[in-house]
Amino acid sequence: MRQCPSSRSRAAERPLGRAATLAVLALATCSCSSDALNPFAPVGPVAADDSKILIDATIIMLAIVIPTILLAFWIAWRYRASNTKAEYLPYWAFSGRIEAVVWSIPILTIMFLGGVIWIGSYQLDPFRPIESPAPPLEVQVVSLDWKWLFIYPREGIATVNQLVVPAGTPVHFSITSGSVFNVFFVPRMGSMVYAMPGMVSQLHLRADRPETMLGQSAQFSGDGFSDMQFQVRSVPPAEFAAWTQSVRGAGPILDRPAYALLARQSHRNPPAAFRAVDPTLFQAISTQQIPPAPGPEPGNEEHAGREVTPAGRQ
Amino acid sequence: MFGKLSWSAIPWDQPIPLITVAVLILIGAGLLGLVTYKGWWPYLWTEWITSVDHKRIGIMYILLGVLGLARGFADAIMMRTQQAIAVGGSQGYLPPEHYNQIFSAHGTIMIFFAAMPLVIGFMNFVTPLQLGVRDVAFPTMNSVSLWLSASGFLLVNVSLFIGEFARTGWLPYPPLSEAGYSPGVGVDYYLWAIQIAGVGTLMTGINFVTTVLKMRCPGMSYLRMPMFCWTTLAASLLIVAVFPILTATLAMLSLDRFFGWHYFTGDAGGNPMMFVNLIWAWGHPEVYILVLPCFGIFSEIFSTFSGKPLFGYRSMVAATLFICIVSLMVWLHHFFTMGAGPAVNTFFGIASSVIAVGTGVKVYNWIFTMYGGRVRFSVPMLWSLGFIFTFVIGGMTGVLLAVPPADFLVHNSMFLVAHFHNVIVGGVVFALFAALDYWFPKAFGFRLHPGWGAAAFWFSFIGFWVTFTPLYILGLEGMTRRLQHVNIPEWGPMLQISAFGVAILVVGAACQIIMLVVSILQRDRLRDTSGDPWDGRSLEWATPSPAPFFNFATTPNVEGEEAYWGIKLAAIESQRLGPEPKYEPIHMPVNSPVGFYTAVFATMFGFALIWQIWWLAGLGFVGALAGFVVFAWRDVHEYWVPAEEVARVDRARRAARQALLDQIPEQPEGAPA
Amino acid sequence: MTDFPLPAAAETVRRVREDPHRLGHRDPHAHETIEGIGHGTTGPATKRVIVGYGFWIFLLSDIVMFSAFFAAFAVQRGATAGGPGVSELVDMHRVGWETGALLLSSYTCGLSFAATNARSKLWTQVFLLVTGLLGLIFVGLELLEFVDLAGRGIVPQRSGFLSAFFGLVGLHGVHVTLAGMWLLTMMAQVQLKGFRPEIVHRLICFNLFWHALDIVWIGIFTIVYLMGAVA
Repeated sequence: MRQCPSSRSRAAERPLGRAATLAVLALATCSCSSDALNPFAPVGPVAADDSKILIDATIIMLAIVIPTILLAFWIAWRYRASNTKAEYLPYWAFSGRIEAVVWSIPILTIMFLGGVIWIGSYQLDPFRPIESPAPPLEVQVVSLDWKWLFIYPREGIATVNQLVVPAGTPVHFSITSGSVFNVFFVPRMGSMVYAMPGMVSQLHLRADRPETMLGQSAQFSGDGFSDMQFQVRSVPPAEFAAWTQSVRGAGPILDRPAYALLARQSHRNPPAAFRAVDPTLFQAISTQQIPPAPGPEPGNEEHAGREVTPAGRQ
Repeated sequence: MFGKLSWSAIPWDQPIPLITVAVLILIGAGLLGLVTYKGWWPYLWTEWITSVDHKRIGIMYILLGVLGLARGFADAIMMRTQQAIAVGGSQGYLPPEHYNQIFSAHGTIMIFFAAMPLVIGFMNFVTPLQLGVRDVAFPTMNSVSLWLSASGFLLVNVSLFIGEFARTGWLPYPPLSEAGYSPGVGVDYYLWAIQIAGVGTLMTGINFVTTVLKMRCPGMSYLRMPMFCWTTLAASLLIVAVFPILTATLAMLSLDRFFGWHYFTGDAGGNPMMFVNLIWAWGHPEVYILVLPCFGIFSEIFSTFSGKPLFGYRSMVAATLFICIVSLMVWLHHFFTMGAGPAVNTFFGIASSVIAVGTGVKVYNWIFTMYGGRVRFSVPMLWSLGFIFTFVIGGMTGVLLAVPPADFLVHNSMFLVAHFHNVIVGGVVFALFAALDYWFPKAFGFRLHPGWGAAAFWFSFIGFWVTFTPLYILGLEGMTRRLQHVNIPEWGPMLQISAFGVAILVVGAACQIIMLVVSILQRDRLRDTSGDPWDGRSLEWATPSPAPFFNFATTPNVEGEEAYWGIKLAAIESQRLGPEPKYEPIHMPVNSPVGFYTAVFATMFGFALIWQIWWLAGLGFVGALAGFVVFAWRDVHEYWVPAEEVARVDRARRAARQALLDQIPEQPEGAPA
Repeated sequence: MTDFPLPAAAETVRRVREDPHRLGHRDPHAHETIEGIGHGTTGPATKRVIVGYGFWIFLLSDIVMFSAFFAAFAVQRGATAGGPGVSELVDMHRVGWETGALLLSSYTCGLSFAATNARSKLWTQVFLLVTGLLGLIFVGLELLEFVDLAGRGIVPQRSGFLSAFFGLVGLHGVHVTLAGMWLLTMMAQVQLKGFRPEIVHRLICFNLFWHALDIVWIGIFTIVYLMGAVA
């Protein structure tokens, strides 16, 4: 992956407080899109809108924060005890005018931000579909310990730890968990949302151009959590069709027994693909007709951890 | 016979905890041996362990908090170094099972056994003195609170070498924390340590609500109370309102784990999302419980070291109560990404931003307290100015996180980690170090060495920013939190800078320790002879240093805001103290071992439940109950301090004050005040 | 730092003297002692007030804890996981007796406190005993209810709803049991120590607790049983 040395080394050389803000802005305006996760190099409209709101809100807040900090230090310095020229007002402890200003500034700022919050929350609600002439691609996502399962119901295939989507087409994710809480997150495509057992979360994202990105889980889920990354590739639509064809060509089938095997705890799962998938599988997982995946098992050496009761509870 | 406990519970195969515990046992044994050899046990027992004096209890809380801070900081050092090393292909030196315990312990200890005891310790020490009364409403219950908190901390530390600690993070989200996914004893250690400590904290809340509302010296109406007492009240109200939610939620999780119930399981009608809601309904007010008294500390310090009253006192009171109430309405901002929908997210986002209004008002009022003042850059003032800078930026990032679409990118990322450390370290830790320096003379009779104190401040301040600025950047680059190893090599440099920042923080911590040692060695030079080393404005500075056990020889009569300031000005103007009061005998509560005994049995109870040693649990429960009944049976609960004793102590105080007065040059005659 | 002590105070005196108008400043002696506004301004309250007040605050915290369990019940009301729902649990007959016993015990508790106020040891003990027996009936009936349900396979391990039900009702039962133990202790203390101030204070607290438990039971009875029977 290409480095973006300028902003990084700037930040490295001046790691003090005020410079932090500058570093943040520098990173924001940095045009390098090489960093596979950098949400400030968005690949889709959701990420772009999210990060725009983040940057705008930062600038609004900085307009208040920087003068306040400067004021504090200026006043502390001017009225230092050794400066006898400054007037000593030993009983000055109230001013209606100052109170009015001091209450108004935060209130007005918050009113403005409130508008941003209101509009932004509705427009960027993960459950809200993305406007598009093309029908969205359906992807069903199941988080397991400690890998991600992606089911393409219309294409009838499934993958583990790799997600391929056609560029320019919105993707509708239905997300559940086969075990514990996780969070599905592809920063450069946009918002994250929780994956929860027995529930289905919705997320609508779109990648506008071909790109390789990284996805991850953003909710700690156990010993193998650090390896819960997955590769995300957005490809031209033709290549997507070719890819689905090739997956259908070879590979195992994801039926109930295969899923049961997959659900056992494992980590550092290499990307894998299934040429066919049980069409009722996601429904069964999300309604818990299939019970949740097991936790640490004595026979599963890889992630039993150091359990005091190898037999587990009861 | 011993439930699930067996020799395999000790981590023979893990050198780090093994060596740590061996060292701790050696140090502990050494200390106990020293105390025994010197014959200090009777003194320790009668003067400290069974003490119901709020000042002694406050000091012990602070000691507990400092120990917690040390252990939490050690965990932090391990975490930062692990992440700095384990980049790219490397796995670092802490395997996931161990690393996950460390970050869980770090958060748990820092919140429950460092920040809370320190804050409560200062509330204990200072509030009755500022209110002009002799003790809190329920002194013996105060002792029980202290020892239950200590019991919780002990259990967490026992998990280091018997069994394991939770591996779920400091808030054990189900289903991960349920028996199926965390079958070990770790989560049980967490649950019982917090439950026991939580009972203690709830009692503290009840104690201080009653004290502040029902026990003030004559003339001290609500609007004449020092700001710190208002924030104590607000924090205590929050404790009473929300700690029962914590108790209930952890009890539900315990029922799930122990007996297979289904409050929060992932199946059979369990609702893990309900846990998240309940725990944050406690969790958010908890951080305001921590920070509100710290705001009160800063109010005291800004006012004293600017030589002016606090600007906008009534505004500050309003802002405090405003923050107190609104903090109960914002908990969902901890999980905007859980899909509650735009209407709910909007409400909580706006509510979370609205809290910034109250905080902003406070910051401006502190700034205007300095305006027109004579600002002295003492060590507490350094911490306060560092706080303004740090906390304002931390608050800003908080408001950013309160915008749901922005949160959708940075929830649970290193940006979040940097934000909450920014506000907790800037707001709470800085306040506690400031308070330590500020009230140390009142507790021990001599000041802390200002040079080493300033050095500690600068290293801590710079170290903080070097540690956490890279984490902000990493969060914006997409790095999530709680990673035991980092598969993206580009994140390495920032993590290494952060680890270097920790080294600077270590120097800062070392400066604190050196400051303490040097201050003790030079205590005669640093002696506070008058009791008013900072030219204070509130009643605690009217007492000698250290304050006598009965606080005030005669209950003060308050005639305005800043009770002591008016008295002091009158004395300086007239060049003499007020007339000697008529000394009466004073009624004081007797000491009691019930706090200590209850905690011993509570520890036994908790440990036994964790390991399912049912007979021992029963014994612990019955023992605690029996001890309490025995305590309730006592006939003597107060004693009289003779008037001669009171007179003796107070005359010494008056002599010291007169000496101080004599040092002030004669004031020129001018227009009458 | 400064070359003489109390720098701000001394300076203040000097400046205030030099500035007779002190524009915008506040006179530190302008406020007289406020009379009769409330206990705060006339010194600390009496022990009885402090003890009672503190116990009220504790009761508020206990009600918050019950609220969390009520909230769990409300959330998980429908989470039966295919098992029995609330209407299968409700035995209005038994619940009626439980409610009657507990409400009556509140009444007798009040009578015992009236006797305490009249400093009559005999009647305090008599009514406390009746209160305790009624409380025992309540707990006994509730235990029978749980045993019956368990016999039918209705146990908290079955579903989230049942966990919430047993948790809420069980928590209340545990409170009543602990209050019963407290009652016995108070009876012993009254017998052996009479009506010393601290004993009376504890009786005040006990009474508050017993009545509070009754109020919580009315909540449980309404929300769990009445609404459940109608469902």
